[in-house]
Amino acid sequence: MRCFIGIDLGSTTTKAVVIDEERNVLGRGITNSRSNYDTAAAVAKTEALVSARFQLFRDALGRTKALNGGLDTFIEQLERDFRLEQFLEQLADLEEVCVRNAEGRFGRDTQAVQAALVETFKRLGTEAPELFAPGAKRKSDFFRDIAGSRYLAIGEAVAKDAEVSYDHLLNVFDRSIIEVENRVYGDTVNRHLLAAMDRTFKALPDTAAKGERIRAPIKGVLDTPIEETYVVGTGYGRARLPFSKEHIRSEILCHGLGAHVMYPGTATVLDIGGQDTKAIQVDKAGIVESFQMNDRCAAGCGRYLGYIADEMNLGLHELGPLAMKATKTIKINSTCTVFAGAELRDRLAIGDRREDIMAGLHRAIILRAMSILARSGGIRNEFTFTGGVAKNEAAVKALRDLIFENYGEMTININPDSIYTGALGGATFAWRAVVEEGKTAEARK
Amino acid sequence: MTTNQPTPKPAAQPGKPAASQVQKEDAMWLQKEMINKNYHDLAVAHDVGRKVSATFVPGNLNELLMCFDFARSLPETNALQNGLRKKSGKMIMDAEREGHSEDVCTYVKADLGMMQAGQIGPTGEKLPVPDVLVLSYTGCFTFMKWFELVRQKYDCETTMLHVPYQGDGKISENMVQYVVKQLKEEVIPTLERVSGVKFDIDRLREYMKESVNAEEDLVAVLQSAKNRPSPIDGYFGGVYYIGPMFTAFRGTPEASKFYSVLRGEIEERVRRKQGPITPDGEMTEEKYRLVVEGPPNWTSFRDFWKMFYEDGAVVVASTYSKVGGVYDFGFRHDADHPLESLARYCLGCYTNLNFPQRIDMICKYIDEYQADGLLINSIKSCNSFSAGQLLMLREVEKRTGKPAAFVESDLVDPRYFSAANIKNRLESYFQMINQKRRATAGAATAH
Repeated sequence: MRCFIGIDLGSTTTKAVVIDEERNVLGRGITNSRSNYDTAAAVAKTEALVSARFQLFRDALGRTKALNGGLDTFIEQLERDFRLEQFLEQLADLEEVCVRNAEGRFGRDTQAVQAALVETFKRLGTEAPELFAPGAKRKSDFFRDIAGSRYLAIGEAVAKDAEVSYDHLLNVFDRSIIEVENRVYGDTVNRHLLAAMDRTFKALPDTAAKGERIRAPIKGVLDTPIEETYVVGTGYGRARLPFSKEHIRSEILCHGLGAHVMYPGTATVLDIGGQDTKAIQVDKAGIVESFQMNDRCAAGCGRYLGYIADEMNLGLHELGPLAMKATKTIKINSTCTVFAGAELRDRLAIGDRREDIMAGLHRAIILRAMSILARSGGIRNEFTFTGGVAKNEAAVKALRDLIFENYGEMTININPDSIYTGALGGATFAWRAVVEEGKTAEARK
Repeated sequence: MTTNQPTPKPAAQPGKPAASQVQKEDAMWLQKEMINKNYHDLAVAHDVGRKVSATFVPGNLNELLMCFDFARSLPETNALQNGLRKKSGKMIMDAEREGHSEDVCTYVKADLGMMQAGQIGPTGEKLPVPDVLVLSYTGCFTFMKWFELVRQKYDCETTMLHVPYQGDGKISENMVQYVVKQLKEEVIPTLERVSGVKFDIDRLREYMKESVNAEEDLVAVLQSAKNRPSPIDGYFGGVYYIGPMFTAFRGTPEASKFYSVLRGEIEERVRRKQGPITPDGEMTEEKYRLVVEGPPNWTSFRDFWKMFYEDGAVVVASTYSKVGGVYDFGFRHDADHPLESLARYCLGCYTNLNFPQRIDMICKYIDEYQADGLLINSIKSCNSFSAGQLLMLREVEKRTGKPAAFVESDLVDPRYFSAANIKNRLESYFQMINQKRRATAGAATAH
């Protein structure tokens, strides 16, 4: 089947969206950009294609009604099992690389370090299914984060028992993770899916009884090649894609169009990403009429929150909920990220509550965005908010308040998948290029 | 306002790829010689007994200064030449160390930094201390402060010509007479006293006749961009074309020769339907035609230009190429009314126009040059002319229906040119034009 793919190579994460000929979203994939856009693009695309497969499974199984009532449970279990298979393969890979990298490095301790590595990975492998069990909470879905945090914990215990230096184990991990992280496992997807299916049948014995009635549609999907008919890239790393300039679109256009596809009534778009803030005005067809971005200074972008989280020793996702507990909003005057950090410490020192300061910081970031919006021509109805910061409830609250104060009642759209807006715009451009303009893929010159 | 590249003219090197050499029109090489000669004339002026004047580009009274045999220095040009030669960064930091804030106009700081380091000019020759500062005030308040600082340092004679702002968008007879009166009673007597040369109005008339020749040719060159493809870039190329006219050469036979050679070259390009010459050779495909407001960035001039021609964008008209005199709506120096025409020249400079006039001018350019839209390069350290640019942008968008975009950089402070960000915005802008064009074409087919 023909598919159209958009890849948004952002400064923090790389996102991919796959759509079909009817412009239905089949799959979405995301990965960390890891200073290597080639890999990030390949991984995000593979992830999106995997997620597309799951969507197709769901459709195919839904049509046969073999799982009547149990479809969601089955697909969710299958997805977890698939993630586990993927994780185990990467883990095995990481073990091999770690053992190799330890070779001859630690003098007479080398053998002990290698033995500790084997033990660490044995334990990692044993506990892996728990990480992917139903309801398990993971701080991140990226291999580096999951494997890394567990390696640190288990490695410390193993090092202690085996009386080898923990630093040696850390050193080996640091040397090895990038190599493993930069591998693309695209060709192993089918194998992992089949292995995952066996696990799922074991986990859900009722479904196993239906054997072929479930296997056949899934195999049917796996046997239908997904053709990557056209790919459009956007975002900071777009020039790295192996396609001609025809395949590249600016993120302004992609965000404008993506927001329009999600909400056809969109007139104004605000995107707050990792390092820039974009205010975009689009017409009724999603065509960009004007735009403004932060210039010279990146205060008020997603990184601002990242910096504040570091200063407060909190996770990025904890900021919003903390700010929502505020009883008042402390006024933060500085528009400079670093100065805001100083103001934050100052406020803490005079006894202000963290929650109230957080509310002030969220308002400060949105005030910057309001000024960029004003520069672009103001907010018109409907208004769509996208980007990573749209996931932060305190930022959204500050935005709603400020819009109401400055522009009155407005329809404000925030999609749970808003992080994929740019990639969706890219995929829609890919679709248009082929279906409306009759183009074919061109390689980079 | 004039530009020339620090790279020497490459000798013919058979077998070497042309791409490694900077490509220029013949007139540009000629201009480089003129500019270098002027710097040399300045360097030796005091040795040969010549007095030296310093004045600013907008509203420069070159023909008048020539009547008193002054060697002529233009501080903004010195700053931008130093910017092009990548020398301004250090000068600016030196000036900041002396107490000039980060927000001060970077032309000023480059000039002050150059003075601190011994007045070594862009070509490596020492520039003289001016004998007179001619402050022709045409809309930039900073000019006054700048010369105040120079006067403080060198204790040199200063004469000010106050040119009234075109607040109502027109030049009244009163305004002209006000300027003429100052010329007669203040400026000319001072120049006579400093130079020791008696003013001869017939000499002024002769220079003005030369000016008119050059002005005619310059206008023809700038308006050649109405052709498709445009044979010139009216912004990046434009700054070369305006060089002699806006500086120490207007009214000289060299300038007349320069513009006649240039016009010949450009007319030949029109006949051959050729695009503009860029540093990487001729631009072969014209995809976007733009009007630009605001000066270019000088420290990354070539990189900035490249972002345009690489994507097939040509600037067909710019307001910056009118900063030292607006000629394309009919003004010419007039030998029959020399002082009045000096007054009208100063009053009509782009820097002295009000917002509605600037907006009208841009809209007219978009229409007459069949441009796809307006791009503003807003200058961080220029408070006088960056103010109001967003309002201009909005108004132009509204009136023409053409898309506009906004980038920010600086004149000669290398710290304020963020290439990745600017490129990102320019690419977005070009694609936006493309998308709008397709939509318009689609709508036209649908009807």
